[in-house]
Amino acid sequence: MAVTSNQQLISDTDGLFEPSVADFWSLLKPRVMSLVIFTGFAGMYVAPGALHPLVFAISLFAIAAGAGASGAINQWYDRDIDAVMTRTKTRPIPAGVMAPAEALTMGLVISALSVLLLGLAANWLAAGLLAFTIFFYAVVYTVWLKRSTPQNIVIGGAAGALPPVIGWAAVAGSLSIEPLLLFAIIFMWTPPHFWALALVKNDDYKAANIPMLPVVAGSLETRRQIVIYAVLLAPLAVVPSFIGMASVGYGVIAAIAGLLFVAMSLQLFKTGDHKHSMRLFAFSILYLFLLFLGLIIDHAVLGYLMGAA
Amino acid sequence: MERRRQPKTGAEMQQMRKKRNLVLVGVIAGLVVLFYVLTLVKVGGAA
Repeated sequence: MAVTSNQQLISDTDGLFEPSVADFWSLLKPRVMSLVIFTGFAGMYVAPGALHPLVFAISLFAIAAGAGASGAINQWYDRDIDAVMTRTKTRPIPAGVMAPAEALTMGLVISALSVLLLGLAANWLAAGLLAFTIFFYAVVYTVWLKRSTPQNIVIGGAAGALPPVIGWAAVAGSLSIEPLLLFAIIFMWTPPHFWALALVKNDDYKAANIPMLPVVAGSLETRRQIVIYAVLLAPLAVVPSFIGMASVGYGVIAAIAGLLFVAMSLQLFKTGDHKHSMRLFAFSILYLFLLFLGLIIDHAVLGYLMGAA
Repeated sequence: MERRRQPKTGAEMQQMRKKRNLVLVGVIAGLVVLFYVLTLVKVGGAA
C-alpha cells in the first residue's frame, strides 16, 4: 500500500482502491440471487414433504449462497470482458477496487461452505445438485460456452433453471417429473429473456467479442428465435395444471401471461426496436415471477382447503 | 459510471478496513451459530 501515514493523502492516480463491504456484496450478484431465492423457495414450498422451518430457511440460504458464490467466480473469470462492457465495467474487479484473487477466494470458499451446509441441513442429493449447478455456471457456462458459441445462454441457462430442482430435492429427498417441469419452464424462458436484453446491448457484446446470438446471427434471426422459444414456453408453463401440480386457476393465469409473452415477442419480431426489446425483457421477469408466485399461492390455497376438508 | 466511496486518507482507509473486518467477524460468528443451531435441530430429531 502507498499509505505510510494516517494523514497522508492518497492520490487518485495511484490506482489503489479499497474494496468496501458493498463491493464484496455486489460480487455475489444480489439481483440474480434474489431470483434464485424466489425460484428455489417455490421448488421447496411445492415439494412433497416437510422440513423444520429453521432447516428450511438454512437450506434456502445455502442455495442462495451457492448462487452468489458462482457469481463471484464468474466475475473473477470474466474480468477482462467486464472491463470492456458498459453494463459491467463498474464491477469491483474491472473498476480496480478489488484484486481478482480476492474474488476467486471468496467464490471458492462460499461454494464449498454452501454445499456443505445444504448437505448437512437437508440432504446430499440437494447438495450434489447445488455443487453441479455451481460447476455448470462457473466452468461450463462462464469458461467454455459464453465465449465460444451463440448457444451460450441456451445451454448455460440450465444453471439458472436448477434452483427449484435443488429446492425440491432438499425437501422431498428425491426427484420426479414436477421439478423437471419447473426446470424446463425456466430453461425455455432464459433464451428469450436474455436475447431481448442482448438485442439492446449488442454493441457491448460485440466490443467484448462475446458471440451472443444477435452478434453472430443478427437481429432478425434473434427475434425469430425469441418467437420460437416464446411459442414453446407458453404451453409448457400451463402443463403444471394438467399433471395435478397446480389448479385450473394457475393454468388460466399462465395461459393469459403466456399469450401476452407470445404477443410481445411477435411485436418485437415485427418492429425490432429497442423499446420493444426492453419491454419484452421487463415483461419476461414479471412473467416468471407470476408463474412461480401462482404455483406458491396455488399450493398454499390447496393445502388450506385440503386441511379444512 | 457510478462513483464509489473511496478513502482519501490513511485514517479513512483504516476505518474502511476495520468495518470490513467487523463484518467478516460477524459473518464467521453467524456461521458458527448457524452450524450450532442446525446441529441442535438435527440431533433433536426435529428435521
